[in-house]
Amino acid sequence: MTTTATASLRKTALNHVHRRMGAKMVDFGGWDMPLEYSGILSEHDAVRNRAGIFDVSHMGEIEIRGREALDLVQWVSCNDASKLAIGQAHYSGLMTDRGTFVDDILVHKLSDDHYFLCVNASNQDRDFEHIVERNRYGAEVENTGPRYSQLAIQGPRALEILQPLASVPISPIRYYHFTFGKVSGVDCLIARTGYTGEDGFEIYFDPAHSEKLWSQILSAGESFGLIPCGLGARNTLRLESGMALYGHEIDETTTPLEAGLSWICKLGKGPFLGSGLISEQKKSGIRRKLVGFEMQDKRIGRDGYRVLVNGEETGRVTSGGPAPFLKKNIGMAYVPAGSAEPGTPIEIEIRASAVPARVVPLPFYKRRG
Amino acid sequence: MYPSDYRYTKDHEWIKADGSTGTIGITDYAQAQLGDVVFVESPKVGAKLKAGATFGTVESVKAVSEIYSPVSGEVTEINAALADAPEKINSDPHGDAWLIKVRLDDPKELNALMDSVAYQAYIAEKDKEHAS
Repeated sequence: MTTTATASLRKTALNHVHRRMGAKMVDFGGWDMPLEYSGILSEHDAVRNRAGIFDVSHMGEIEIRGREALDLVQWVSCNDASKLAIGQAHYSGLMTDRGTFVDDILVHKLSDDHYFLCVNASNQDRDFEHIVERNRYGAEVENTGPRYSQLAIQGPRALEILQPLASVPISPIRYYHFTFGKVSGVDCLIARTGYTGEDGFEIYFDPAHSEKLWSQILSAGESFGLIPCGLGARNTLRLESGMALYGHEIDETTTPLEAGLSWICKLGKGPFLGSGLISEQKKSGIRRKLVGFEMQDKRIGRDGYRVLVNGEETGRVTSGGPAPFLKKNIGMAYVPAGSAEPGTPIEIEIRASAVPARVVPLPFYKRRG
Repeated sequence: MYPSDYRYTKDHEWIKADGSTGTIGITDYAQAQLGDVVFVESPKVGAKLKAGATFGTVESVKAVSEIYSPVSGEVTEINAALADAPEKINSDPHGDAWLIKVRLDDPKELNALMDSVAYQAYIAEKDKEHAS
């Protein structure tokens, strides 16, 4: 069912295009977004085997500038931005003073005094206020969300599809690096990043060119099997790749250590918001841990379902559902640290039945080739 | 699209009855709403059904949808093909992807259900509601 948007839902510049293309629309964090076009399974398959294009213009951007820019980025985030080269990006957490997540973000270093953060759509205003409030360095902080549209082109054929449209060679852009160039004549920040577990690019540009870029890339990609993809497939792809979703695997109650994200948590870089509590937790040991699990039959353990370890409820599924490429049903959940070993049997409560599942290593899916 | 010899419910189930036996499934409208079907939870043969009560679920990638029985009766057969090919519900909801066969307690219950014409008017109205 496709509804017309209520006046209060925010829209990207491509909203009318999605509706014209017959996308099923959904309210995502206050945004009227495409859930699916040809179907979630079809779109998931396209990204794993060919390519898909996503309108992710709802994502937010925050830019931090000035001599003190690095100081501020270092203070509010857990990864070590001092290790970034110009043209490099990393995954990080925006932290509370309790060592938990305000958001998960991508930090791009444009220059010594200019950092470009990509943040979650539903958190952009909160993130901005948080950074402004913690700006003890006098750096310039700007909420630049309205300045950018963002498209993600993801899949093994994404490079072949985009290269002819790009004014610069994009093959040399290494994973988690970016450059500036034109795509279909439009100035873009072209980043080799993504939320699908496949190779691909995310491009940021002036919203005025949204329709042109969307249709040109779709057109260029047609013979390669590129199709438009919505938030439904975005979710199945990231879940299958074991990637966290804010509000599910991470939130203001979880630390990077519990969430399996110690690899982005650089306690050695010096103090940052919450680093003291995280260090303490590291010393005393985490009491719960985020794990992946696999259902043992065809029943599906979904978001919010109770998790049982040795018959006792230990928490709830943070994300769960079908893994279309792997042809399994998977999910993630926090379990007591002692029950986090792969192979540990657990149960998921599905409509009053305790259904068997098993802890498995993350990620569920790794990119092939 | 909506066979004239079927009867339909407000929750988008259909029943094709022949005296006191019937076949039950979900409609094309329902499968379009659901999106890709990935799992079907069926009752067991012999299970008792009550008109309007839930007898199973059809699950899509994103959601679990309960199925309500159009009639009272007893389950005589379940469609085993759906266990390995739940996507049949998307491709052939009115035919190959029937969910269960039943023995009706009271064929007069069918009179309370919509015929094909009424059902099509009903879903057209629903689409209009969604668009406003």
